[in-house]
Amino acid sequence: MALRQFGAAAAVTVALALATPAHAVTEIQWWHAMTGGNNDIVNKLAEEFNASQSDYKVVPTFKGSYADTMNAGIAAFRAGSAPHIMQVFEVGTATMMSATGAIKPVYQLMKDAGEPFDPKAYLPTITGYYSTSKGDMLSFPFNSSSMVMWINKDELKKAGVAEIPKTWPDVFAAAKKLKAAGHETCGFSNAWATWAHIEQFSAWHNVPIGTKANGLDGFDTVLTFNSPLHVKHLQNLIDLQKDKTYDYSGRENKSEARFASGECAIFLTSSGYYATAKSTAKFDFTSAPMPYYPDVAGAPQNSIIGGASLWVMGGKKPDEYKGVAKFFTFLSDTNRQAKLHQESGYLPITKAAYEKTKADGFYQKNPVPETPLKELTNKEPTENSRGLRFGNMVQMRDIWAEQIEAALAGQKTAQQALDDAVAKGNAMLRTFEKTAK
Amino acid sequence: MEKSVVFNNRLLPYLLLVPQLIITFVFFYWPASQAVWQSFLREDAFGLHSEFVALENYQSLFADPSYYKAMLVTVVFSSLVAALSLSIALLFATQADKNLKAAGAYKTLMIWPYAVAPAVAGVLWIFMFHPTLGTLARPLRWMNFDWNPLLNGNHAMALVVMAAVWKQISYNFLFFLAGLQSIPKSVLEAGAIDGAGPVRRFWTITFPLLSPTTFFLLVVNVVYVFFDTFGIIDAVTGGGPAGATTTMVYKVFADGRLGGDLGGSAAQSVILMIIVIALTAVQFKYIERKVQY
Repeated sequence: MALRQFGAAAAVTVALALATPAHAVTEIQWWHAMTGGNNDIVNKLAEEFNASQSDYKVVPTFKGSYADTMNAGIAAFRAGSAPHIMQVFEVGTATMMSATGAIKPVYQLMKDAGEPFDPKAYLPTITGYYSTSKGDMLSFPFNSSSMVMWINKDELKKAGVAEIPKTWPDVFAAAKKLKAAGHETCGFSNAWATWAHIEQFSAWHNVPIGTKANGLDGFDTVLTFNSPLHVKHLQNLIDLQKDKTYDYSGRENKSEARFASGECAIFLTSSGYYATAKSTAKFDFTSAPMPYYPDVAGAPQNSIIGGASLWVMGGKKPDEYKGVAKFFTFLSDTNRQAKLHQESGYLPITKAAYEKTKADGFYQKNPVPETPLKELTNKEPTENSRGLRFGNMVQMRDIWAEQIEAALAGQKTAQQALDDAVAKGNAMLRTFEKTAK
Repeated sequence: MEKSVVFNNRLLPYLLLVPQLIITFVFFYWPASQAVWQSFLREDAFGLHSEFVALENYQSLFADPSYYKAMLVTVVFSSLVAALSLSIALLFATQADKNLKAAGAYKTLMIWPYAVAPAVAGVLWIFMFHPTLGTLARPLRWMNFDWNPLLNGNHAMALVVMAAVWKQISYNFLFFLAGLQSIPKSVLEAGAIDGAGPVRRFWTITFPLLSPTTFFLLVVNVVYVFFDTFGIIDAVTGGGPAGATTTMVYKVFADGRLGGDLGGSAAQSVILMIIVIALTAVQFKYIERKVQY
């Protein structure tokens, strides 16, 4: 063991001596899950930061899907070689939060490093998701998004749909027209099956997904998304799936290409799809707010965020933490945030960046990036629309999706599928409650 | 009369065994015992706190209907993959064993897929059979066949079986070919002289003489389907739709890695281990009797 440590130390020393003969640069490992246009943005951010100063070097590494990245980080932590910064998607928040000791809370990090940090400068709809009930920010919001409805304007025009649909009945009608006009395999579709039809759907209609403010107020939450409204919506999807007026596109976002290829002219997915849509869609497209059922009182409410935040892992050296803190300050810069928002379609995380983008008149020319902001700020959030925090959410989504798949394939009724999803989910929540004491 | 050398040193045989024993212990018994131990614990994903819960993980496992479903899926999946990959490889090997012009090239090409990583193999098959993007899915659609592995469990199963079989054929081919080449030609010629046709010769001479190879491959293939196919499943279907392709080993991976439920996942791997040990024992006890060495 001692010999191995010596060997490793010697190797590191040699490597450092070779790489940086004059100046010792502290490396900061950043594991992320950004693909396509957003991967370029991550690399550019790191390059810019590295060029802006000479003490720290941020090294971004792509680790696969969100779930892959999180698991790679957890495995690395157990092996004692965690990265400094790890990008974790919003549904991993409960797991990360309960891992006291494995993480370094961001508010603590900024305080220790003496970096200027005002939590009030950030948009509350976003930071609320990543803060304790006392308002201490635990992770740094990086790419926040919400779900929007992407519209292929050319195809809608061809099919004779004059207006962009606003409600679910409108969407169903438009999808039937699209199907009649040649979109035989897909009237409309969506990525992130459970995010669309359970999580966002509930917040947007101001109905709970679970008790205790969707778990934000405690791990002893119980799922309740088998309400008549949820059943009605799933039943509609089941009916439309039969002739592909609605066509299921899987649990994740692998099928987003169905929008860019022109196959699906109405497609619900993350607002963060903007960068990829810009570079791959060869037609006139836009985004619109998610549809709602007009007969539900108070709908639409407000949407909830998705995307990911940056978690700082525990057990690193103070100097390395200083570098991480400096990097976060760099990311919070108003101009940089405004630019990031305008290029990627992800939300600006500071109020100043949002105001600046508005003041610049950016949204008049580019309405697309403002859609998710309009959804998020549509109304004052309620207990049902502040966000959600369920333990084991990564696998929970799979379990919910399994039930939706079974229902769409005609193996179960809508009611049965949602009842089973709730029952299985609750069993998982109880296991998590026991481990996260 | 018989000349035998006797080593009087009692320590020497043990010393000679030590390297092998160390390797077996460090790489097999140690991890296996860790898994057994972990299956009695409840632990969070980061390993920050753990608690001894005795058999609770096993109890909740056997109370879960989806675990029985995974068992059924495993039986279907493994019998399909083992049967198909063995029979197709045997067919190819018998064909390649003939005097062909380009036999060398043919054999090399047959062995290639083995060098492809499981996940890559999975991705290749996705590209061919993706309902909307796939090159081979399009002709299916022209024939008005509603190919949809995203929702139809049988289609998804067919897809992972094809990918897993394709991946394993090369390996089986290689061993069958070697087995065929070691069968003495004189025996076959004798059969031919006695008036047996090619089919008869195959079933009465070649196949029985090949039985040691077939038996070995059967054991190896069963282990392959049980443990090495989750890369393909993960890339192609992610266990879906609705758990139609969630085999037992994929469930171990999904619960432990995606769900962070290490105790439950360890309990599943212990059960899996017991099943495979039992299966191998049965194979050796009953099927090996029919093997003619």
